[in-house]
Amino acid sequence: MSVETPYQFDRQVITQLSQGLQEPDWLLNSRLEALELISKLPLPKVQQTNIQGWNFTNFKPYSEEKAIQLHELPENVKSYLFDEDNGNILVQKNSNVVFTKLQDEWAQKGVIFKDLSKASQEHGDLVQQYFMTQMKKDDHRLAAIHATLWSGGVFLYVPKNVEVSVPFQSLFWATGENVGVLPHILIVAEENSRIEFVANYLGENQVTLNNSVIEVFVGQNAQVRVATINNLSESAVDVTYRHAHVGRDGKMEWIIGDLSEGRIISDNSSKLQDQGGIATVKAVALGVGKMRANITSNMDHWGTYTESDIQVRSVMKDEASSILNSITTIEKGASKADGQQSGKVLMLNPKARGDANPILLIDENDVTAGHAASVGRIDPIQLYYLMSRGVTKEEAEKLIIFGFLDAVISEIPSESLRKNIIRVIEGKFQS
Amino acid sequence: MSVPKLTIKDLHVAIEGKEILKGVNLEVKGGEIHAIMGPNGTGKSTLASALMGHPKYEVTSGSVTIDNEDLLEMEVDERARAGLFLAMQYPSEISGVTNSDFLRSALNAKRGEGNEISLMKFIRQLDKKMELLEMDESFATRYLNEGFSGGEKKRNEILQLMMLQPRIAILDEIDSGLDIDALKVVAKGVNSMRDPEFGCLIITHYQRLLNYIKPDYVHVFMQGRIVKSGGPELAERLEAEGYDWVKEELGIEDEAANPSV
Repeated sequence: MSVETPYQFDRQVITQLSQGLQEPDWLLNSRLEALELISKLPLPKVQQTNIQGWNFTNFKPYSEEKAIQLHELPENVKSYLFDEDNGNILVQKNSNVVFTKLQDEWAQKGVIFKDLSKASQEHGDLVQQYFMTQMKKDDHRLAAIHATLWSGGVFLYVPKNVEVSVPFQSLFWATGENVGVLPHILIVAEENSRIEFVANYLGENQVTLNNSVIEVFVGQNAQVRVATINNLSESAVDVTYRHAHVGRDGKMEWIIGDLSEGRIISDNSSKLQDQGGIATVKAVALGVGKMRANITSNMDHWGTYTESDIQVRSVMKDEASSILNSITTIEKGASKADGQQSGKVLMLNPKARGDANPILLIDENDVTAGHAASVGRIDPIQLYYLMSRGVTKEEAEKLIIFGFLDAVISEIPSESLRKNIIRVIEGKFQS
Repeated sequence: MSVPKLTIKDLHVAIEGKEILKGVNLEVKGGEIHAIMGPNGTGKSTLASALMGHPKYEVTSGSVTIDNEDLLEMEVDERARAGLFLAMQYPSEISGVTNSDFLRSALNAKRGEGNEISLMKFIRQLDKKMELLEMDESFATRYLNEGFSGGEKKRNEILQLMMLQPRIAILDEIDSGLDIDALKVVAKGVNSMRDPEFGCLIITHYQRLLNYIKPDYVHVFMQGRIVKSGGPELAERLEAEGYDWVKEELGIEDEAANPSV
């Protein structure tokens, strides 16, 4: 079979692609199985957002790129990276990983940080054990498209007891007409390990699609922090599914900056499988133009004494619209669990829209949970107060907006990352 | 620098179509402290808010100038940069914006681009003024007015006044809700501002504040205008005898029949 688009991806194209990358057979078979599913599966159910008309399939499935050095990156792309000399850095341009650097110190401790395609050849068993086990190819049509056509991506493996003090940075840079990027990021943090991973998704020049997946496995007592910044232009449909599986006393921290200007599905799910696991989400979204965003956070408590906290702040300018869904589920038996969430939308223009839906699904008595949600506009009296001290209206608005986002931004532990997010947001206010 | 001057002529102000101020005339110059006293609901606070440019108030006629510039033509922030300051009765709470960040933004807005205050100098000034107002240093890093008690908000307004050094300040019921010790501290702050290049208009119900900040002129406000003016002795008589004698003298029937903001 084939998918009906100007860019055909049928069995032959997929097979060539996979064999060209020297992928193991199991991976080729996985792609071909997923291909069969695309037309059979419905789009994901996304609350309060009509995604039927969004372009998920019309893109160049593969465009080959050559290896480069960091200094060859355009300045606006490179500006997302920090500590380039001492960092662990991976850059993907369109379909290919074009730059990878892992500091020797970590390689010697058994850390693997490379292109997922390559990793599937070199560490096939390890990759196969985890790949697409949280996000499954039959979840929905977008998952099947991803499983069929993913390319590049990251495999990050951290052995037991290894604490990596330097963040792993990745940059997914899409550029060109009708380009699609579909990276798959697979992170395995073994017992007692500790890592921080940053993913930047950038798209310019009529890029069409980002369909990316992140799967994280947090081992017992391990700590993983994953930060994502998505900044694709208005032409793009930007889909990011993030999944984490948290083991006993493990900790998963998501930091999410949804700053793309087109159509956005931003979904994060954390499964707190065992006792004492913790997961947090700190997300900020900024919408300009006609951006449409659906930002969903799922926390699923199975273990006793598990804790979760979702903090989402969304600022909508112009005619932008964002729906914030926060869903905390506490399963029967997850006693002493604690689930907290707060979702807030600030609308700056009369045509901006937003909604915040707090959902608590609790099937256990002995738990604590709480939620807060609000949708509002800038208070003219606050503006008056600030302006009465001499600051201009623009400056006063900026103070109020950054004040609104502060609850999330000030909690971002890495200063470089915090500055990056602030820089991108400030840039959008100047345009 | 010239002596500051705020001139209000026949000012009429309405809120939601209802006239509150009915012809206010007043001139405040540098070196002078004026007090406006009057019963509740006569429009004193409306005068303060209208001068600052509160969005709810509409000037229907009259004129106001600051240093001979048309104040009413200016946006709120322009009024501030022209040298006007209002210590508000109910200052807003702004989450996520620290007191010191805001003060520095405000100070720099006034100083203009290229002339920003250095961080060290700013901190030195802020420390000094907070000490005078007996404010704990934690106030600098707390969010603007968020969770402040009534008294803390008033002190914070005076801190802003002292940092921004306006030419003309209006203090709108800065004494309400303050205990005697806090009142003394606030008065100390205002008195430290006394200068030929600083004029002040104090709006209050009570004579109490005027024991600590000696006014040069006292005005009685009723029915949306100044009905009587005098020296500090007028405040003392109002404190001792109330407002009835003024009403009688002027033939005002019943102030309460005109309830308003």
